[in-house]
This record gives sequence, structure tokens and C-alpha cells, in this order.
Amino acid sequence: MIPQQQSDFDHNYLKPYYGKLFPFADIFKWMTYGHDGKHPGCDQSYFGRREFSFTLKGDFYLRFQSFNNALELENSIKEKCPLKIDIGPVYTVDPAKRHAYAQGDNNVFAPVERELIFDIDMTDYDDVRYCCRGADVCLNCWPLMTIAIKVIDASLRDDFGFNHILWVYSGRRGVHCWVCDGKARRLTNEQRASIADYYRVYKGNENSHKKVSLMGAALHPFLATSYTNVLKDYFEKILLTSQNLLATEERYEKILSMIPDESIASELRGKWQDSRRSSSAKEDINVVRWEQCKQLLQSGKHKAQGLRRCVEEIVFFFTYPRLDMEVSKHMNHLLKAPFCVHPKTGRVCVPIDPNQCDDFDPTTVPTLFQLLEELNNEGSRADVNGEWNGTSLGNAIALFRTSFLEPLQKACKEEIERSYNLKLQQSKNSVGW
Amino acid sequence: MEIVRPQSHRNLFSSNDAVSVPSLPLYRSAPPLEVRLEDFESFAIDRLRVLKGISDGLSRGKKPEEMEKLVKELWKVNMRHQHASEVLNKDIISHFVLRLVYCRTEDLRKWFLSMECALFRYRFRFLTPEAQRAVMDNFDLTCRAVNNVEFESIKEKLGQVARSMGQPSPTVDAIFYKVPFEEVPELVAGRKVFISQGYAYVAMNQVVSLVATLFRSQLSKTLILTNRKWTSSIREQEKHRLTPIVEALSSSYLGPDFSQPREYAEISLKDIDQVAKSSFPLCMRHLFDKLKEDHHLKHGGRMQLGLFLKGVGLNLEDALAFWRAEFSKKVGLEKFEKDYSYNIRHNYGKEGKRTDYTPYSCQKIISSTPGAGDQHGCPYRHFSEENLRAALSRMGVNSRAMEDVMDKVRNRHYQLACTLTFEALHGMTCDAGINHPNQYFSDSQKILQPKKDSSAQNLVTARE
Repeated sequence: MIPQQQSDFDHNYLKPYYGKLFPFADIFKWMTYGHDGKHPGCDQSYFGRREFSFTLKGDFYLRFQSFNNALELENSIKEKCPLKIDIGPVYTVDPAKRHAYAQGDNNVFAPVERELIFDIDMTDYDDVRYCCRGADVCLNCWPLMTIAIKVIDASLRDDFGFNHILWVYSGRRGVHCWVCDGKARRLTNEQRASIADYYRVYKGNENSHKKVSLMGAALHPFLATSYTNVLKDYFEKILLTSQNLLATEERYEKILSMIPDESIASELRGKWQDSRRSSSAKEDINVVRWEQCKQLLQSGKHKAQGLRRCVEEIVFFFTYPRLDMEVSKHMNHLLKAPFCVHPKTGRVCVPIDPNQCDDFDPTTVPTLFQLLEELNNEGSRADVNGEWNGTSLGNAIALFRTSFLEPLQKACKEEIERSYNLKLQQSKNSVGW
Repeated sequence: MEIVRPQSHRNLFSSNDAVSVPSLPLYRSAPPLEVRLEDFESFAIDRLRVLKGISDGLSRGKKPEEMEKLVKELWKVNMRHQHASEVLNKDIISHFVLRLVYCRTEDLRKWFLSMECALFRYRFRFLTPEAQRAVMDNFDLTCRAVNNVEFESIKEKLGQVARSMGQPSPTVDAIFYKVPFEEVPELVAGRKVFISQGYAYVAMNQVVSLVATLFRSQLSKTLILTNRKWTSSIREQEKHRLTPIVEALSSSYLGPDFSQPREYAEISLKDIDQVAKSSFPLCMRHLFDKLKEDHHLKHGGRMQLGLFLKGVGLNLEDALAFWRAEFSKKVGLEKFEKDYSYNIRHNYGKEGKRTDYTPYSCQKIISSTPGAGDQHGCPYRHFSEENLRAALSRMGVNSRAMEDVMDKVRNRHYQLACTLTFEALHGMTCDAGINHPNQYFSDSQKILQPKKDSSAQNLVTARE
């Protein structure tokens, strides 16, 4: 566990951060989704119907903020210096005018578009990590987030056909995912819930018993692929050892309690209670014991019902992504904007490249203090790309642009043009008889 | 549809239509029929009995096989007509009349949509394969069947999906439909289909789900349009004839939803500890105890317990005091005011869009999905056997009743399990069965505080 020394955060330093580093133009470009007024098919009202929320110092909370253009957004943030900026949905009308539209029962103020979002938080894994608890994260448990990114990202692309996916470090102990395809933004709550449920495997809390239950003669292709491509290796090659999952009695008992066949559990217990001295120093004890465990469970000698998938269930329990269902299910759920600074750690919420997520290290993410110091050292060197270019934030913003924003904008423009041409065609057809 | 006076002729019907309309109508457009005024109302009432029966069945947690039988029975009993040829007409007419009745508010639309979709779904299951295909044709589904080449390329994955559900792998002549995943949310949620590049591959035996979703989306859109037409022209035009009938038809069928707390059940802060022990159902008792223990509950728990307390008669001021007393022990007074009091006021309709939220029914609670750190949900469903037994014995359920309760749980009759618990603790039968936590509470109070009974009875009959 790497203790956080004094938090790298001071509200006063947000002002220069917003003044010189926060990428307003990029956030604006993202949020307009191509509706920048340059094409006749653009919807001029689109950006103005998006909700932003600000959390101010002293825990004041401003909801339903909206802006007509990039400058208004920028000025408001620079003026208010919010501790946190949340992004909400795009509504039917400008959120600032919502009261005029909420008449009686036929509520005309409603969300119409919202990215499909996911929130994965390390605290939901407290029962499978021994290195940290609660808000702490370290390099021993961070692989759990890496796994989550790999599994979910692959599925979003291969299964659901989404392409424009942004992964962001939450600043302290987790990751956020923004799926920005038009198809995703227009999903209903029911469809969002169905995707969240598709991803749900871990079903439990302290009240229930079996937390991972994989029935059936085979695993669903999504689970099978996840297991083969990601979970198995991470479990066997990384987590077994880094978390010492079988090294002590307390820990191996936890795994033994997941084996429904008592005779197998006893046999393993017998081996392990005595083997402390006999295992060779070369091989890691966790690896050795896992091999023994697998052998017994998969030997086919014991053909009991619950055993079929026991090995997979254990692996899933320790590795499979645990999503916050509520975040994904509702269009009106707010989520923190990328490039905010986390007030408890001072770290910037930077994007994570899913193709390089193995290399992501949460302990080296730029902090507010660090960035401001870098700015000071560089002197005020005006750069055509903005002052962030000379700082550690440069890579983060470059990644945001090249891997996410630019392809997204291109696709959005194409979509706008396509639907505009379609409308033209339709009106032509209807004029002629 | 033309409404005529009783003295006029019988219903006219174009014989061509009889052939093209499938035996399960999709209600796409109002057919060219004449309807007698008296039939207008009576057909609608008959159909309403079917829909209400479905609603009752669902809230009692009936399983799909039981629901199938129920629907068949309800339909047979209520939707008959002395002239066999008129059965289809009655079906269509009654649907369209109820559309007028139930299009007028969001709550009504939601209820009608749910019941009509459930009805459609079960009736679809009874159809012959040919009739089912006719319905599917109407939804342009048959053209989305997967061809042999594609089938071969995904056969293995399809097999994995089938086997993951305990079914055999599909054979070479199995038919699959390739549809956008958005059209089958149920199947996606249950991982019951293979999904690739945004398309779900739906097996023939899953087609019900697909057709039901399409029917639902179609009906949902139409209801909004009907509402507009109603408000803009029909209501005024028909104000001396149909409008009074339409308005009368809807008010009797929504049942108590406990959004108005009943007078006799009003509780105050000092009573809470006592009534929690005596009259709270297990789900709320558990949340209450956990709150006292941890001085905290996650969002799901706050909603479930908070709305229940509102339904039981706790006013906003007392509710704030209650939650503040507990939460401030853990997070402090200031944080409570900043982070939690807003939501409590929100639940009472005093913030935001000012919806007055209604307490959750058993159906809703049972279908919730408590995760790590959560305490809400239905203990009969969500607790392990061990934990449930412990919780029930803490409540005071004796060992004999315990076995009956656990038997119901094993058979997934969660509401019946709760009913048995109620009966064991109160020493009285509960014939209506528990389908709402607030109902459990009020029934319990009725027994434990009989002197307030007479006013309660009056309230009950008046609402019914």
C-alpha cells in the first residue's frame, strides 16, 4: 500500500489549472459531436441542451448548467473554479429552461441523448484484494482495473459493435468508460440496463452466499472469451502471487469455501496444512497450490454437479469486472468529466489507452502541483497547442485527441452529412408525385 | 371505428379483412367497424378484467407456466362472444377503447402498456407455428433469418450459448434471426443470445421476446399519439357521449399504491423502534436494523426504506430527523445536510422535478439487484438460506413455520414466503397474500391495533 503523503491538492491552484491547462476546446469539440454549425445539417441547439454540473468549494452543488458555446463554458469554469465538473445528458430543451416545460404529467423535459457510461471502482473489490482497502490503490491491485478495461473494451467493440470508446482514470481508485457512438447515446434506459446486466456476473454482498455462479454445460461465448483471453492469465500469472491468494490459512480457506465438495476441500486442506516446509523455495507457493487445486477439481474423478465450473468460478470471483449497475442504467446519471483534478489525490483524470492499459500506472499520473511546477519551470512559453504541451499533461491530451476525439469527430460529421442528404432526398421524393 | 346508437344495425364487417388479419391482432389501425354504444363500454370492461387479472397474477409473483394458464382462462371467460365471428371484433374494439382510456397520463400508459404486452406475449405462445410466423411477417422478421453460410460460421458460438442455458446445441436446420441487440433487451440482459457486431442471434424459441419488444415499442408510440388526439379533439367532441364513459373506466382499476399515507397508520419518530419490531416486513426490518448498526445505508437501501417509511405515514420533518440521527453518527451533521438531506426531500417531492415517488411494491423489490455493500432487495430472494433462517428466527418465526417458509423460498415463491412469515408472527391468516411492504405493515397494524379498525375499513372500501 502506497500511503498518500499530504494530498497534492489545493483549491487555490485550480485557478491556474483552469487558466492554462484544462483543455476546454477539446471538451467542447467532443460535446458538440459535430454540431459546430459548419454544415447545414448541424443542430445549433445541441450543445446548449447538454447538462453540466459543478461542485464548488464548500460543497455547493450547481446542477443543470448549460452553455451556448465554448467561450461560455470556459468563462464559467474559470470564474467558478469548480472542484469537480460532471457531465449529464443532452435534454429535449435547454436545461436552464426546464421549469417552463415540466407541465403536469406530460413531461417534455427529458434526456434524449447520453453516452453509455461505466464506472468501475476498486472498493467493490475489497473482498478479493489483500494489499489495500477502501480508497487506497497500489500496483498490486491495479491489475484488477486493467482486467476490467480489457474485458469490457473488447466486448463493447466485438459484441456490441461500438467504436468510439473513452477510458478515463477516475483520479483515485477506479476507471470510467464513455461509449460515444450515436447508437450508444440514443440507447433507452432499458437497453442500458440490459447491457449492464449482460456484463454482470458477481451477484452478491455479505448477505448472499454464492457470489459467482456459472451454471450450464458451457460458458456464454462472452464469458468464455473473457476467461481465455484475459482472466485466466491475469489470475494465474499475476494475482495469485501478488495477492498471495493461497499462501496463508485464512486466505486459502476463503477459496476452499467456494468448493462445494467437502471431500476435495478436505484433501486440499490436508495437503496445505503440512506443506509449508516441503514446498521448494523456487516455486511460488500460491502457484503450486493452485495447480493442486485445479488438478483435483478438473480430474473428472469427482463428477458432482457444482464442480463443473468451480475453477472458472474461483477465477471469475477474483478477477471479473464489477461494474456499478446504477451508473449505467439511467440516462440522467451524471459522471465526472475527464481532465478534472481529484480533490483527494490531486491527480488529473487522464485518459487510458485500452491498447496499452497494461502500462498504465496510477501512481505516476500527473498531479496538480507537479503540473504547475512544470509550467513555472518552462516559463510562459506560448505554444500553438496550448500551454499544456510542455507539461506531463501533453501526452494525455495528445492521446485524447488522436485515439478518441479525431476519429469520433470524423464519424459524427459523416453521420450528420448522411442524415442531411437523406432528408434532402426524402423531401425531393415527397414533392414529386 | 364508428360508434352507433343501440337501435342501429348489427356490427358490419368487411369480409376481406377477416382473412388478412392474423388471429392475434397487432392493433395497428382502427378497423372499419361499427360499434354499439353499449358494447363500447362492456367490451372494454371485459378486457379490463383480463388485464387486471394479469396484473394481480404478476404482483403475486406467479411463475410463467402459471401465468400462461391464468391468461388462457381469463381470456376464455371474459372475451367470449355469442357469435364466434364476433370474437375477433371484440378483441380489437376493446383494445382500442382501452387505448383511449389509458392514454391520458403517464402512469396509466405505463400500466396499460405492461399489461397489454404481457397479454400479447402469452397469447403469442399459444399460437400455432404458422400463426406465429404470420405475426412475425407483420413485423418484417422472417426476412432476417440467418442464411446457411453465416450459420456455419457462428454455429459453435450458438452452441455455447444454448449449452450455457442447459439446452442442446442447435441443429443444422435450426432457424435463427439476426436483429439489432437493442430489440431484445431481455435476452441480452440474461446472456441468452450470441451477440456480435451489434447484432443478436435469436433462436426460434426466443422469438416471443423479440416480438414482444417490437409490439411494445409500437404500442408505446401509438399511445402517445392517441393521447394527443384525445386531448386535441376527441375529448371535446365526445364530451356528452364517450368521454364520461372513458373517464369512468380508468379510475377504478389502479389499486392502492400507498402514495397517500393512510391516516390510521401515521407513525411518529418515537414509535418507529417499536413498530419496526412488530409490523415491518423482513426486507424493511433488515434495512432498519442495518441502519441502526452501521449508521449508514447505500442508495438502494435508502430508497427502499425511505419510501416505505413515507408510505407508512412518516412526514418529511420526522423523516429528516430520523435519517439525520442515524447518519450523523457516521458522517457528521454537516455532511448529512449536504449529501443526504436533498435526496430525502427529493423523495417527498420537494426538490427537483418534484415527482412524489411511490413506495416500492414487492414485485419491484424482488426484481432489484443488490450488489456489494447493499442491504436492499427481498431477503427471501437475495439472502442465502443460512442468513435467511437467522434473520427469520431473529424476527421470532418458530421452527415449524420456518420450514414452510423455506419450502416456499426454494420454489421461488418469495411473496408467499413473506405471507407465511406474516401469518406465523401474527397468528392469523392473510388471504390476500402480501404484494406490497406497506400492505404488510398496514395489515399488521390492523391486527395489533384493532381499535382503529373501523376507520381503516371505511378507508379501504372507499378506495376500492
